[in-house]
Amino acid sequence: METPDYVTPLETGYKDDYHNAPHFNTRGDPTKRAFTYLVLGSSKFIAASAARVLILKLIYTMSASADVLAKGSVEVELGSIPLGESATIKWRGKPVFIRHRTPDEITLAAKDDQAELRDPQLDSERSVKPEWLVLLGVCTHLGCVPIANAGDYHGWFCPCHGSHYDVSGRIRKGPAPLNLEVPTYSFIEDDTKLLLGGETQR
Amino acid sequence: MRLIKKPLFNIVNNHLIDYPTPINIHYAWNFGFLSAMCLIIQIVTGIFLAMHYTPHVDLAFISVEHIMRDVNFGWLLRYIHANGASMFFIVVYIHIFRGLYYGSYAAPRQFVWVIGVIILLLMIITAFIGYVLPWGQMSLWGATVITNLVSAVPLVGDSIVAWLWGGFSVDNATLNRFFSLHYLLPFVIAAASLVHLAALHQEGSGNPLGIDASSDKVPMYPYFIVKDLLGIVAFIIFFSFFVYFSPNLLGHPDNYIEANPMVTPAHIVPEWYFLPFYAILRSIPHKLGGVICMIFAIVVLALLPWIHSTEIRSSRFRPIYRGLYWSMAACCLILGWIGGMPVEDPYIIIGQIASVYYFLYFLVILPLLGSLEKFLLSYKIN
Ligand code: HEM
Ligand code: FES
Repeated sequence: METPDYVTPLETGYKDDYHNAPHFNTRGDPTKRAFTYLVLGSSKFIAASAARVLILKLIYTMSASADVLAKGSVEVELGSIPLGESATIKWRGKPVFIRHRTPDEITLAAKDDQAELRDPQLDSERSVKPEWLVLLGVCTHLGCVPIANAGDYHGWFCPCHGSHYDVSGRIRKGPAPLNLEVPTYSFIEDDTKLLLGGETQR
Repeated sequence: MRLIKKPLFNIVNNHLIDYPTPINIHYAWNFGFLSAMCLIIQIVTGIFLAMHYTPHVDLAFISVEHIMRDVNFGWLLRYIHANGASMFFIVVYIHIFRGLYYGSYAAPRQFVWVIGVIILLLMIITAFIGYVLPWGQMSLWGATVITNLVSAVPLVGDSIVAWLWGGFSVDNATLNRFFSLHYLLPFVIAAASLVHLAALHQEGSGNPLGIDASSDKVPMYPYFIVKDLLGIVAFIIFFSFFVYFSPNLLGHPDNYIEANPMVTPAHIVPEWYFLPFYAILRSIPHKLGGVICMIFAIVVLALLPWIHSTEIRSSRFRPIYRGLYWSMAACCLILGWIGGMPVEDPYIIIGQIASVYYFLYFLVILPLLGSLEKFLLSYKIN
C-alpha cells in the first residue's frame, strides 16, 4: 500500500487538533472505494424508494374511500314517473335525470340525429329503451346541474355559462364540449325498476 | 435593551426596531405591515372559529349558524373572519399596485417580488377553500366549477378531479380535506412572508424616488412603527364599518342557503376579489385555454422583473409609464366588473378586449417601453 498523502492544515479550514490529526487527513484506502460506493449507492436507492412509497401512499389516501365507492348503485321505481315527466335521483352525490319520454319527444330526438352535432351520437345509442332516457345531470362544461324543459332545443339548459342540450341530452350550443353523460344502468324486476350503476344491459 | 441584542431576539431588533428605513417612504408603504396584520387577524379568528365549526356536509352549515346565533360573540368572530378575507385582498392588491407604480419589482428586489406573487397564489387558494367551509350554495357550486377547471387537463384531467374530490362529486371527503388545508395554508403563508421580509431586508426597502437610499435612513422604531400604527387605526375604522354595519355587503346571499347538490343557483359568482381572473377565464371560448390564461394572468406578474425594460424604477420620472399604469388599473377594474356580469353581449366582447389588453400590457408594452424611453431621453431638440 502506498503511503497516504496528507492534506495541509490550511486546506481543511480548521485550526484544531482533531481536524488536523493525521487520521483525519488521510485520503483513505483506494482499494476499499468500490465497496464504499456500493453501500452509499444502495442506501441512497433505498432511501429514495422509501420516499417514493411514502409520497404515493399519501396521495392514494386522498382517492375515493371504500364507503364512497360502495354507494355505487341505486334502485328506482319507474311506475312513479308519469309519461312526459322526469325525475331527479341522487346517485354518487350527483343528480341523475330519468325522463319518461313521449312518442313526440322520441321522434324529435331521432330527427335531431341528422342535425349538426358537436359530439355526434345517435339517440338510439343513448338509450336502452327509447321511452326512458337516463342522464347524468352534470353539465360537461364545469359541472353545474342543467334545468329541464329549457333552452333552445327543448331539452336542458345550463344556467352557469349557457349550454343548451337537446331532448336526447346532446350538446347543441354553448361552451360545453360533450353530451350529457349516460350512466350505466339496467332494468330489473320485469322492467318495473331501474338499477343505476353496475353494467348496462341492452 | 440588553436582551434585544442577544441572538434570536436580535432578529426582531434587526428587522423591526433598528432596521434602517429610507426616510422618504410614504403611506403607500404601510400596506406591507397591514398585510401582516390581516394575516394575524385571519389566523387568530380562524383558530377560534375552528373551535366551533364542524367539517361535515350534514353539520357544516348548521355549525356556522350555531356560531352566528349561539356562540358568544360568534357573529363577531365570523364577520371579522369573512370580511377579513376581503380586507386582506384589498390591502394586498394595493400593496401590489404600489410595487407596480414605484418599480419595486426591479433589481435588486426581484426575489422579494417573486415571493410576493407566490404569497398571492397561496392566498387565493386559501380564500377559495375557506369559502367552501360554510357549505352554502355558493360554497358548493363555486367549488364544483373551480375544481372542474382541472378536468380541462388533457387525458388525466378527470382522474385528477376525482382524486381532488375523494369521490364522485364535491362531497364530504372534499369538505374535510379543504378544512385541513384551510388550517394549514395560512401558516405556509406566514412562513413565506418571513422569507419575503428577509429577502427585502437583505437589499433594503425601496422608496418613492426609486433611487438608492442608503445615505438617508432612520431606524424603523420609533419613526415607522408609529406611522404603521396610525395606518392600522385608519384600517380598523374602515374594517369596522363592514363588520358592524354591513357585514354581508361583500358576500353573496345564496351562501345562506344550505348546499344542495341537486340544484345549481342561477348565477354563480366567485368572491369579488377573484372577479378579474374569473372574467379572463370566461372570456376565452375554450375550456383548457381559459384555464391556462387565468393562471398565467397571475404568473405573468412573477415574470415582470425579467420582462420589464427600464432602469428607472419610480413612475415619478416615467410620464408615459404613469399613464399606462392607470390604464392597467382601469383594465383590472373593468375585468372585475365583467366577472360579475352574465355571459352575454356586450359583456363578452368588453371582457375579451380587456383580457387581451391585460396580457398585451405585460408581455408587449412593458418590454418595449424601456427602449422608447431611452430614445426619448437621449433625443436632442435641434
Ligand atoms: C390567509 C388567511 C385566511 C384567509 C384568507 C381565510 C379566508 C376564509 C374565508 C373567505 C372563509 C369563508 C367565510 C364565510 O363566508 O363564512 C373562511 C372560513 C373559515 N376559516 Fe378561514 N381564512 C384564513 C385563515 C384561517 C385560519 C388560520 C383558520 C384556522 C383554522 C381558519 C378557519 C376557518 C373556518 C373554521 C372557517 C369556516 C367558518 C366560516 O365560514 O365562517 N381560517 N376563511
Ligand atoms: S357549467 Fe354548464 S355551461 Fe358552464
